Amino acid sequence: MNRLFTRVYFALIAIFLAAPLVVVAGVSINEKQSLTFPPQGFSFVWYGAIFTDTGWRSAFFASVVLALASAALAVAIALPLAWFLWRRIAPWANIFQVLGIAPFTLPPVITALGLLTFWATTGFYGQPWTAVIGHAIFFVTLPLVTLSLGFSAIDRSLVEAAATMGADDRTVFRTIVLPLIRPYLVSGYAFAFVLSLNEYIVAYMTVGFTMETLPIKIFNALRYGYTPTMASVTILFVLVAALVFGLVARFGDLPKLLGAMADDDR
Amino acid sequence: MRREPPQRALDYAPLIFPAGMLILFFVVPFATMIAVSFFQRQQGGFYEPAFVFDNYARFLSTFFAGVLGFSLTLAISVAVVCVVLGLPFTYLLSRMRRKTQVVWLVALLSILSLSEVIIGFAWSTLFSRTAGITNLLVMLGLMEKPVALMPNFGAVLTGMTYQALPYTVLVLYPALVRLDPTLTEAARTLGASPIRAFFTVVVPALRNTILATLIMVFIFALGSYLLPQILGRPQHWTLSVLITDQAIYQSNMPFAAAMAVLLVLVTLALVALTLMVGRKGETA
Amino acid sequence: MSGLILNSVTKEFGNFTAVDHVQLSVPHGTFVCMLGPSGCGKTTLLRMIAGLDLPTGGSIVLDGEDITAVPTHKRNLGMVFQSLALFPHLSVGENIAYPLRIRGVAREQQVKRVEELLAMIHLPGYADRPVTKLSGGQRQRVAIARALAISPKLFLLDEPLSALDAKLREAMQVELRKLQQQLGITTIVVTHDQREAMTMADTVVVMNGGKIRQAASPIEIYRRPADRFVADFIGSTNLMPLAVEGGRVTVLGQSVPGLTVPGGQASATVSVRPEDVHLAAPGEGRVTGRVTFIRDLGGVIETFVDIAGTEVIAVSTPRERPIVSVGQEVGIAIDPETAVVLTT
Repeated sequence: MNRLFTRVYFALIAIFLAAPLVVVAGVSINEKQSLTFPPQGFSFVWYGAIFTDTGWRSAFFASVVLALASAALAVAIALPLAWFLWRRIAPWANIFQVLGIAPFTLPPVITALGLLTFWATTGFYGQPWTAVIGHAIFFVTLPLVTLSLGFSAIDRSLVEAAATMGADDRTVFRTIVLPLIRPYLVSGYAFAFVLSLNEYIVAYMTVGFTMETLPIKIFNALRYGYTPTMASVTILFVLVAALVFGLVARFGDLPKLLGAMADDDR
Repeated sequence: MRREPPQRALDYAPLIFPAGMLILFFVVPFATMIAVSFFQRQQGGFYEPAFVFDNYARFLSTFFAGVLGFSLTLAISVAVVCVVLGLPFTYLLSRMRRKTQVVWLVALLSILSLSEVIIGFAWSTLFSRTAGITNLLVMLGLMEKPVALMPNFGAVLTGMTYQALPYTVLVLYPALVRLDPTLTEAARTLGASPIRAFFTVVVPALRNTILATLIMVFIFALGSYLLPQILGRPQHWTLSVLITDQAIYQSNMPFAAAMAVLLVLVTLALVALTLMVGRKGETA
Repeated sequence: MSGLILNSVTKEFGNFTAVDHVQLSVPHGTFVCMLGPSGCGKTTLLRMIAGLDLPTGGSIVLDGEDITAVPTHKRNLGMVFQSLALFPHLSVGENIAYPLRIRGVAREQQVKRVEELLAMIHLPGYADRPVTKLSGGQRQRVAIARALAISPKLFLLDEPLSALDAKLREAMQVELRKLQQQLGITTIVVTHDQREAMTMADTVVVMNGGKIRQAASPIEIYRRPADRFVADFIGSTNLMPLAVEGGRVTVLGQSVPGLTVPGGQASATVSVRPEDVHLAAPGEGRVTGRVTFIRDLGGVIETFVDIAGTEVIAVSTPRERPIVSVGQEVGIAIDPETAVVLTT
């Protein structure tokens, strides 16, 4: 009885979560250019269009480059900060941890508007690289959180043992700390990458008029003219996200990364 | 290495880049925004440095106050629906085998990372007259003619619930997965059916977590900017929509900034509330 | 028929058999301790009795009624978990009253019963205390009171005392036994602690590898272990190989008259507890060996003797102390009265 209830409940939730994606997938393989479901005709042409249509192609590359760069910058900001907080006792430095978490916890429009006013005032409004900085700041929380978790999981006696064997700070970092936090580094980068790909409002407010990322292009298409490429891009995004998180799960302990205690085998 | 306070100037080196970036590109923009909120708007979309409360006063007029009220109501509704749906789900998920949990977690993370645009597009398709739920129902013979299910409040609520549900589950997950499984087993041995055990033991024991989650989902929902536009009519637009509208289309930056500042204050008040509730829970 | 009967109860997890066709009869009012190493299946068995896990084979009968398919909350039992599982959001009194509340018992009855139980566990007036403010021993007693609130037919406990410190544990063992005798309730305790089992139980059920190796009274288990596992698991013992050569029984190559091997087998093992090994001068009828180590612990003396490669330990108190030194040759008399011949 209990098991039946669980199965039914999970099935309903699964349907709720999957339904929009199923419909969009159906629309994306529709041969004709109309927004109809069930699809009439079967074709992958709209997936190809992502790369053959110049507008979509440049948006695709813009999004990917932006994501790669901003995730890297986010990690570059988060790593020394997390390291410093772990290595040193400096209560006043925790303010930077708060600053790191703030952009992500506040409603996104706030960060977007703040950056907009800033770039407008400094005169760099609309330059593509401002989007990289904007995304990096907005998403710095993710690698910061994963790295803090990773650092706190390091057994200090390992570091102390290395010191007794003659390793200085830099060597310890290179040979002990870095290998141990690598999974958290990777997962932090992965999260930031995927979220940057999907991010709309910060990109829109800072460079929306000079550069189109995929989410911006989809929204414009929604407003001004439907094309099935929107659907194929959507499915592409879902697959990328699933792939990235699947890889993180494959090579790391996902439940632990999300707050479970270590290995509770059921 | 022992943990020790920084001694030489060089010890501060790792902090320079992150601190610099965060201050320059978060604190300063934020401060600029606050400053601009007090500026005087001028014709043609410009504004001059000033210190006036006009923008805030304008906000407190009935129209904009109404929008704030609507935004809060919508966000609360989303939070409640998500927690009601998400709590039993996360509880049951946390009792499952590790492998099953991982599959669901990957799926939830994938949906969580989806752009608001994409969610808006997907649900607008589902609610449309040509490619949506009603088409399926017509095909099954349950309806005569397909209709558009949007734009309306229900559509906005559904879309936002879809967006916030994975977030709710991930917020509840740590607490539920650490919940002592023998508590429900004990309740069952004492005569409570599994459902009764859930409501008399699990829910009360997690009182503080539930409250904190409600607040966090509320904040999350407040940030929704596209879904109200895509799935609803102008009367359904939230504060976030108005802020962007004023900033870009009405070229009224000071006013947009003022509204943003108010939004921040509300959010901060709620975060403080969450922390307080959390602390109270720990000492209990 | 009154009591609990386990009929060929089995639990398989894929290829792994946690509980293997267990057959056991627990008469009403007895105190049973299920004893065994980690992974032997005792906790799984207890959980099946409680209904928290379902058997893959066999049946469970309580007072003549087959309860195998009955869900946990309808079995009317009382269970104490290793973690105690006290509800953190309820007070002591509310915890104890929970099973009554669930069954719709009237408010005044609840209050009365809670008072009775608090008196029974020697915590009068604690009804309004939050459970988080109690000591380990007090929490233990509240868990017991809660389990007994409805006067259940069956009282189950899963390693109930493992979280307590040694001194408290010893005291609670006695308390629990006295309580059970006072109430006359059928009780099953799972434990890995032998002293606990010997102190409290009417019947000790020794388990290993999902099977019951022996179920008997504590002294019977100690004096007459059924097989090598039980002999070795309970207390300490010397296990020596035994052979039958041409009508004579020999242990470690030396003849020992008076021992018989049941079933006429050619070889077996003999188990002699260290306190039954007596050292004397080497000679007729005695197994000879060499002293390799002496551990003088003050109250007892352990003498390690090497006999043809096998180490035998003799334990004696200073009063019976034989004066031996390391390297000396000694003889060991094996008394058929205290030696147990084991064929499995």
